[in-house]
Amino acid sequence: MQNRRVKLLWLSAIACNGNAHSFLNYPNLEQFLKDFSFVYHPILESLYSLEDIINKQVECDILLIEGAISPEFKKANTPIINLISKYANIAKKVITIGTCATFGGIFKESGYRFTTGLHFEKEKELFLFSSLKDKTISLSGCPIHPEVLVSTLYAIKEDLELHLDRFLRPKEFYAYTIHSGCTRNEYFEYKIDNHQFGRLEGCMFYEHGCQAPFSHGSCNRILWNGVNSKTRNGEPCHGCTEPDFPKQNLFRTKKNMGVPQFLPLGVSKRAYLTLAGVTKAFKIKRLEEDLF
Amino acid sequence: MDKKEAKRVEIINVALELFATKGFYSTTIPDIAKALNMSVGNLYNYFKSKDILAKEIIKYISHYLGNKLKEINMMPISTKEKTKKIVEVYFETAKNRPHMIDYFLRVYLSNREVFKDGCEGMICVSEFVTEIMIYFEEGVRRGELKNQDFFSAFGLFMGYLGGMVFLKGENILPKELEEYIDDISNNIYRALSAK
Repeated sequence: MQNRRVKLLWLSAIACNGNAHSFLNYPNLEQFLKDFSFVYHPILESLYSLEDIINKQVECDILLIEGAISPEFKKANTPIINLISKYANIAKKVITIGTCATFGGIFKESGYRFTTGLHFEKEKELFLFSSLKDKTISLSGCPIHPEVLVSTLYAIKEDLELHLDRFLRPKEFYAYTIHSGCTRNEYFEYKIDNHQFGRLEGCMFYEHGCQAPFSHGSCNRILWNGVNSKTRNGEPCHGCTEPDFPKQNLFRTKKNMGVPQFLPLGVSKRAYLTLAGVTKAFKIKRLEEDLF
Repeated sequence: MDKKEAKRVEIINVALELFATKGFYSTTIPDIAKALNMSVGNLYNYFKSKDILAKEIIKYISHYLGNKLKEINMMPISTKEKTKKIVEVYFETAKNRPHMIDYFLRVYLSNREVFKDGCEGMICVSEFVTEIMIYFEEGVRRGELKNQDFFSAFGLFMGYLGGMVFLKGENILPKELEEYIDDISNNIYRALSAK
């Protein structure tokens, strides 16, 4: 696909179109559309209509699926799973865009029964589309970062090898935690929450529900709109890339007798508590004060 | 354990007994050296000052009790059973190694100025406190203990046990400590229980 425009078919299942909107914020859309074309997209101008892709079989290289999947859900009276099967079989690659298409996400709460992601229901692996696993890439996030989607598409176009994690997500973007690159790491290290929403001071892990230390993604490495991230801006990470997104009480850290229920990824409770005991014994005046 | 480490542990044990019985300020380095039958100079090779020795002793006690609690935490038993085992370990230690608990109550908690540099907060007792936190956290996670502020629960548990050992040390308790184990562990569990 190196020397030609790659044909994309963007299929929207049970979705809010948040990923499509996020994609529109990609700054180099003009160049992108020289290298890729949409044979079908639910909100962008494209070569074919929904009716065409249902009634005919149009050519496509990559099938993009946005939104959660249920056998009950139909597009123009056609079950979404039939449409997925039809195009996934001819496409060279399938990408699940967003947490709903990957794990079921927030639309697991929709009225449709058996709502799941393409290959996963939360952490549980599914078998309906297992023959597609070898060609699937998962891009979780609510929404996905446009840079993550576009970079993945270019990697496919250029035939580059992508290393995937157990949920089929490219490690390039998902091997890190959201915590990596957060500007509040000093406050995290010395266990100072002391936070007010929107303010620059304090780490939100201890009281305010921040899930960055145990959620996978690149929000603090590839900034949103090139300038910021939720945690840098003063709002806790809600773990939107994770199989169990959304949890409940997103603005409060769930604690058992003062110990956070979810600890930084891979850190044992004993190690965490030992370290916490040491850092909490000291008062760092500079970190207790306002920055400005 | 190599010879030097064995000597270090011996010094800690002898010193903690002297500190616990005679008091921190009434015990001198020459007293400790004499009890060990070693020279003062040689003792300083192991511990550079009385304050440093005092801090090493509390870490040693925390390590000793922390390990006992870790064994209990690793057992596949209910939080109620763990509660009883922790009470047993604490009273057993008070009976068989009474100076350890006395040191904690009468030296560490009573002479805070000695421990202010190097033992800030709960650093020097962190091995013990960490295991208590794990016991609490897992109890809440399993739905057996009520979720509450750590210190409300910690104070109830440790204050109670410390108080009983203190009363025993003052010869006020009419019965042996172990005869109180069932009642006390039931009281603690009922006070902390989610039900």
